[in-house]
Amino acid sequence: MDLRVDQLAVARGGVTVLEGVSFALAAGQGLVLRGPNGIGKTTLLRTVAGLQPAAAGAVSVSPDAIAYAAHADGLKATLTVAENLTFWADVYGTRGVADALARMNLTELCDRQAANLSAGQKRRLGLARLLVAGRPIWVLDEPTVSLDRASVQLFGDVVRGHLGAGGSVLIATHIDLGLEAEVLELGPFKARGPREGGTSGAFDAAFGGDFA
Amino acid sequence: MIALLIRDMRLAMRAGGGFGLGLAFFLLVAVLVPLGVGPNSTVLALIAPGILWVGALLACLLSLDRVFALDFEDGSLDLLVTAPIPLEGVVAIKALAHWTVTGLPLTLVAPVLGVLLNLPAEGYVWLVVSLAVGTPALSVIGAFGAALTVGLKRGGLLLSLLVLPLYVPTLIFGAEVVKRGAEGMATGTPLALLAGITAGAAALLPFASAAAIRINLR
Repeated sequence: MDLRVDQLAVARGGVTVLEGVSFALAAGQGLVLRGPNGIGKTTLLRTVAGLQPAAAGAVSVSPDAIAYAAHADGLKATLTVAENLTFWADVYGTRGVADALARMNLTELCDRQAANLSAGQKRRLGLARLLVAGRPIWVLDEPTVSLDRASVQLFGDVVRGHLGAGGSVLIATHIDLGLEAEVLELGPFKARGPREGGTSGAFDAAFGGDFA
Repeated sequence: MIALLIRDMRLAMRAGGGFGLGLAFFLLVAVLVPLGVGPNSTVLALIAPGILWVGALLACLLSLDRVFALDFEDGSLDLLVTAPIPLEGVVAIKALAHWTVTGLPLTLVAPVLGVLLNLPAEGYVWLVVSLAVGTPALSVIGAFGAALTVGLKRGGLLLSLLVLPLYVPTLIFGAEVVKRGAEGMATGTPLALLAGITAGAAALLPFASAAAIRINLR
């Protein structure tokens, strides 16, 4: 399934932060979003995932095709690792909990309460949800936060497996996951504030150099 | 959807889930009121229906702020919104889970506490019936209030202020059913109105709650 984003503008707290964002993502492709803090990566990803409406423009696929993973993992501290993941598998109507646990190297921890996991282990469990979601497009917001090098490599393999199986990945990260993915710099799409106003030429002159 | 119901009930039963909170509060009210009012059994019998209903209502209110706030804080609410369950269904299921762990136990222990308040013998059936019919409305209306305040830090005060006026009709008709039942009068009219409130709230409010959550997540 192709994800096409057309002249998208996104707003955070009523202020448009990015505008004119366009890209296409075919099956088996990955796209890495880059940009300085506060540029609007999270806002863009939430808009693509259908959690907030676009200020302008359109996203070609319905949110039902997208699995979204954000900074928060959505884990319940008093449930065990297996219970947490089984819940999401039931919600998405899929199986393969044991397989997902094995691929994220969590099998040994499956009877442990989520409250007793380390930050990196929680993160791996949060990402294991992507595997049981069974959705073709993954939208990931800084997925490697608090993962060690071995876990980053493990997750890189999982993402490559997903791409190899015909899925696609839209990912905001500053870490090299070893993916053959295109990179989209969001700097040039920064929305003009009310003071800059001006034409798009003035905008390029004012901002083009900063983020190139 | 069943998975969500089971998860919410499991979370409520485990440590820190707040299952016993409403029940303990209800028990305290029923134990302390006779001590405060004095041992005059005619007075107690007179106020028993009202005290039991007010106690049940406040006990329901205690655990409301957990309905969506916990899921919002750990990010599961974002994930539930993007999950293949309609958000209206999520709200309805969460209200049902809230009722199962607060309203239902309150209904079941209420007759025992009625003894402490010297509720007349004819009133017990109507106490159970009115709580069984009325407490689902408390959970559904409460879930609506929780949805409105979901993004707010320490939104408990605002939640109480929003929800209490909406609880008033349920309280009036619920206590009226018990009072009339205890006095041996016909209870048809207040019971029908109470059931009407519950049915209307359960049918309409999940849609309003889902809309409120969508706005609060932006």
